[in-house]
Amino acid sequence: MSTASTTLPSAGPAAGSRSFLSRLREGDEIARLVTFLFAASVVLITILLVFELWQGSVLPRHKFGFAFFHTSVWDPVFEKFGALPFIYGTVVTSVLALLIAVPLGIGAAIFLAELAPARVSDTLEFFIDLLAAVPSVIYGLLGFFIVVPLMREYVQPGLKNTLGFLPFFQGPAYGLGFLTAGIVLAIMVIPYIISVSREVLLSVPRDQREAALALGSTRWESTWKVVVPFARSGIMGSIFLALARALGETMAVSMVIGNAPIISASLFSPGDSIASVIANQFSEATGELYTQSLIELGLVLFLLTFLLNGLARILILVTSQRGSGMGNA
Amino acid sequence: MKRITRILLVAFALAGFFIARAALSITGAGATFPYPMYSKWFAEYHKKDANIEFNYQSIGSGGGIKQITEGTVDFGASDGPMNDDQLKAFQDKHGFPVLHFPTVLGADVLTYNIPGVTVDLNFTPEAIAGIFLGKITKWNDPAIAGTNKGVNLPANDIYVVHRSDGSGTTYIWTDYLSKISDDWKNKVGKNTSVNWPVGLGGKGNEGVSGLVKQTPNAVGYVELIYAVQNKMPYGAVKNSSGAFIKADLASVTAAAAGAAKNMPDDFRVSITDAPGKTAYPISSFTWLLIPSKFSDASKRDAIKGFVKWMLADGQNYTEALSYAKLPKEVVAKEEKALNSIQ
Repeated sequence: MSTASTTLPSAGPAAGSRSFLSRLREGDEIARLVTFLFAASVVLITILLVFELWQGSVLPRHKFGFAFFHTSVWDPVFEKFGALPFIYGTVVTSVLALLIAVPLGIGAAIFLAELAPARVSDTLEFFIDLLAAVPSVIYGLLGFFIVVPLMREYVQPGLKNTLGFLPFFQGPAYGLGFLTAGIVLAIMVIPYIISVSREVLLSVPRDQREAALALGSTRWESTWKVVVPFARSGIMGSIFLALARALGETMAVSMVIGNAPIISASLFSPGDSIASVIANQFSEATGELYTQSLIELGLVLFLLTFLLNGLARILILVTSQRGSGMGNA
Repeated sequence: MKRITRILLVAFALAGFFIARAALSITGAGATFPYPMYSKWFAEYHKKDANIEFNYQSIGSGGGIKQITEGTVDFGASDGPMNDDQLKAFQDKHGFPVLHFPTVLGADVLTYNIPGVTVDLNFTPEAIAGIFLGKITKWNDPAIAGTNKGVNLPANDIYVVHRSDGSGTTYIWTDYLSKISDDWKNKVGKNTSVNWPVGLGGKGNEGVSGLVKQTPNAVGYVELIYAVQNKMPYGAVKNSSGAFIKADLASVTAAAAGAAKNMPDDFRVSITDAPGKTAYPISSFTWLLIPSKFSDASKRDAIKGFVKWMLADGQNYTEALSYAKLPKEVVAKEEKALNSIQ
């Protein structure tokens, strides 16, 4: 407010003082309105998006109803469409990606924020930001030409020989599949987790650490028991960001998942994801029902993102309550 | 300051002049497969007649059919002919029909990566259908080994690779399989994407060939042009006369010539499994989709002029880009059909 009153008079010295004041007031109003509109546009776009997806998927919604969610045949020739294999593939690859990326990412963030010298931390941060900016198709290509052969020649046979009794590691080693897609996705989302978590950890007030150290805790104890819990909501935020990216990732997943709508407990099996099948088939989709079924898949992805984000938020609420309870005890 | 203004004015005037000179811009959209050919043709035709500029977007055959039906482009292009429902949708919307004009020919080939096998394999239709239905699962299956005497085929599992994206290449492939195998026709059918009984999906020709190259014992189908340009091995296929034919420009044109005798007036013909001793059986036309009536006479004349040129001089550019040219009988028939555009 004070800056506005000091800069504005110089901008319009010719204007009378009374009209200037009212104009200022008007200006405030305008600014409020304009910024409100900007904020509201986000909500509006979301509503429009859902509305369009809903409108665009009338035919399959009426024809298949809830069967769309729990049938697993996707046949463009005989016009039978079920989304289950795609939902399964999206969830499995995203969860796999988070299982790999979360411990790695948070571990790296703790090192960079708490333990590494500032110069090392800043240099590495530069590389991490660089990684986050790499287009997904590049990750897809790297996955296809490097990760896939490695998986086929070494990782999958190795897993089969050691953990082959588990249902997750059975079947032929194609190199492509859920596991490969999960690993490539993990590589893609780790920079987000590290970058955001590091910022959050760095912003934890100094006194928190000093108090912990003063009470005689070791460096690790102060980090793990004080700093990390303090930054928990921010770290969770970074995981959300990673989850959102993993759920919607299209190109890279499409190149390494195998693109076969299969539901299998084996992570070696090829599969397909919602974003990938839409990107693959939309441009050549012939017939209204087919096109609209792909649009309904978009709606399903939207709901899935919504649902998983909601679940994650509830999870945080529950764990943070338990956390504070432990803190009190 | 004044000088800058003057320079800008001159620049605007020049720009205006050039924009005014490129008087007629004709837009089209559709198939990706003939895109290199079409862009070459449009560039050559623009050299010939600088007043006409073609703007073609290779968004895929499905998109081409959609856009010409909606009337957002002047012409469409497709690797598969429009079906009766699509023709009816166009007729209902515009009150007149849309016409098909074959431009060039393409073919699908079966490419494979079998360790230790360097010769070209011979495939019977039964073997191809069996592999893609998942009924033939080993390379040394008698259905494959029987036509490849002397080749040491391994007892390994066959990894099938198909396209994951909807494409005209898949349409031709499944159209062929539907013709030679009732099992395929009833269970899978033909379309730009289908519900594959077996196999992994790769995006685009490059995705399929990449997977085949890096996966031992894999087999997949790609466009002939793509296989030729990338020097990939591909097999000969037994045609309807019982001869094993390897795809090349001559054998693809031969397939079109075989089909030309029974060419329907609307040119919507599938030439997979075509008759003819030297015909390669997995070939197809690709079509331009042109409305039979134009409200804008200058656009009509421009498109007619282009198609006429494409059928005559244009065909000479095809082989340099590895497309097979149209047989003479088809060209003659198309020239007749061209006159019906009003």
